[in-house]
Amino acid sequence: MNLPNSINPVIRDLKPSGIRKFFDLASTMDNVVSLSIGEPDFATPWHIRDVGIYSLEKSRTHYLANAGLAELREEITKYASRRFGLSYQPQNVLVTVGGSEAIDLACRVLLAPGDEVIVPEPSFVCYEPLCRMAGASVIRLRTQAEDEFRVKPEALEAAITPRTKLLILSYPNNPTGAILRKEDVEALADVIRKHDLFVLSDEIYAELTYGGERHFSFGAVEDLKERVLVVNGFSKAYAMTGWRLGYVMGDEYLIKMMTKLHQFGIMSAPTTSQYAACEALREGDEDIDAMREEYDDRRRIILDGLANLGLACFEPKGAFYVFPEIVSTGLDSESFCEALLREERVAVVPGNAFGDSGEGFVRISYAASLENISKAMERMESFLKRHRD
Amino acid sequence: MENNEKLLKQLEKNGRITGEQLASVLGESADEIRDTIAELEREKVIVGYNALIDWDKTDRELVTALIEVKVTPQRGDGFDRVAARIYQYPEVTSVYLLSGGFDLVVMIEGKTLKEVAHFVSSKLATIDAVTGTATHFVLKKYKDKGVLFEEDAEEDRRILVI
Repeated sequence: MNLPNSINPVIRDLKPSGIRKFFDLASTMDNVVSLSIGEPDFATPWHIRDVGIYSLEKSRTHYLANAGLAELREEITKYASRRFGLSYQPQNVLVTVGGSEAIDLACRVLLAPGDEVIVPEPSFVCYEPLCRMAGASVIRLRTQAEDEFRVKPEALEAAITPRTKLLILSYPNNPTGAILRKEDVEALADVIRKHDLFVLSDEIYAELTYGGERHFSFGAVEDLKERVLVVNGFSKAYAMTGWRLGYVMGDEYLIKMMTKLHQFGIMSAPTTSQYAACEALREGDEDIDAMREEYDDRRRIILDGLANLGLACFEPKGAFYVFPEIVSTGLDSESFCEALLREERVAVVPGNAFGDSGEGFVRISYAASLENISKAMERMESFLKRHRD
Repeated sequence: MENNEKLLKQLEKNGRITGEQLASVLGESADEIRDTIAELEREKVIVGYNALIDWDKTDRELVTALIEVKVTPQRGDGFDRVAARIYQYPEVTSVYLLSGGFDLVVMIEGKTLKEVAHFVSSKLATIDAVTGTATHFVLKKYKDKGVLFEEDAEEDRRILVI
């Protein structure tokens, strides 16, 4: 049997992540300082882990309701209101296996063959494959450093065609650290309204914004609520990546349709994680604030460090990444990263892994200890000296 | 500088943070930071810098004991004078005045159990105001000053995800 000719051609033709080779190389080396990782370096706060353990002791080892534990959905609505001023009811919430499942469900519920989706880039890598699996095609919208990597309303308008169904936004942004402010969201909302688009707003980094700026959620635009799905989760805010728990909030009918799919594909999100998540939402605000403060310290140190190295970098106000431009070295993103890894044993991610518009940049994660950040900066300094002379 | 509390917290967490890093974190110049630290040292707000060492991982023989001490307070000086008589000994590493069933807790380090026992019987218990002691030997240190003393630190097992 010719397997490649027999399987779903959409899957067969999806490009695997281009930086696999680079990661494999890193894993064969010793003494690598990695600023390449996209998840918190903190462990989940102990009181949250403890509640997860307790739920196991109490034999809470069964399936839960498809849409999620009732008390968790309730806590999510309270949290969304308390932290971001959103007004949702429990029936507007579906608890999923990480934010990723929510994104997949949203794409499959909203999209049909022939539809177009606008995906700004640079951005996290899952959106395009998931849209294509849903039969839609993707229009990539480049964002620029000089616009602080925000989607500009006129650029959005220009990318819209009669087939455009959905706009996917992910702010605070991985890999650029860009955020959208209230006025940015409102300007985009005008275009969305005019063209009757759906919005999938991936707000997984919502808690990680700096400089006193709180994240402004797309769910806060009241007259768009019917057409906006807000995705969030526990991974980044509470350092709970391995618990695989996220959620999506939106119109009750859309949530019902997504729940239908979730019921067949997943049944219910992990039970232990859902109990632990209740504790996170009830008692975890201070943990978030403490981790955010720590990230902010590192962000400032790394930004000043890059400035001293003479690498241009717009000041990111969110997530835990900086996205400096490396064009001044005369290297492209991948050569820069490979040379930095081979010569100085520092791992960062080439910007083009996040879309063609990321070429000329690298993503540096500061979800790493201050010690490793300092070490990496020293090594980068000698690297740059060598490559500029 | 208005950020003294933040500066002190940073130093308490990581005594080796550099002046440049503190400058980045606090949004001040490195010179200002150095001046402020010097002033805080002069005022004895910052009283010293230590490394946290897990001596169990070395060949050095070391016995640590925590001694509860009951004391008759003295007119005029309360507990201060007797505390001073105790903390002068170099083998004493910490002295705290406590509320509750006893008055002072004294941490002491010695080479052997015998050495510690000798200190208690010949130096501590013989102080006039001391009316009783109870010595507890430390068997294992799990956490000190907010830092874990783990046998083997778990290596970073995060995989490379983007």
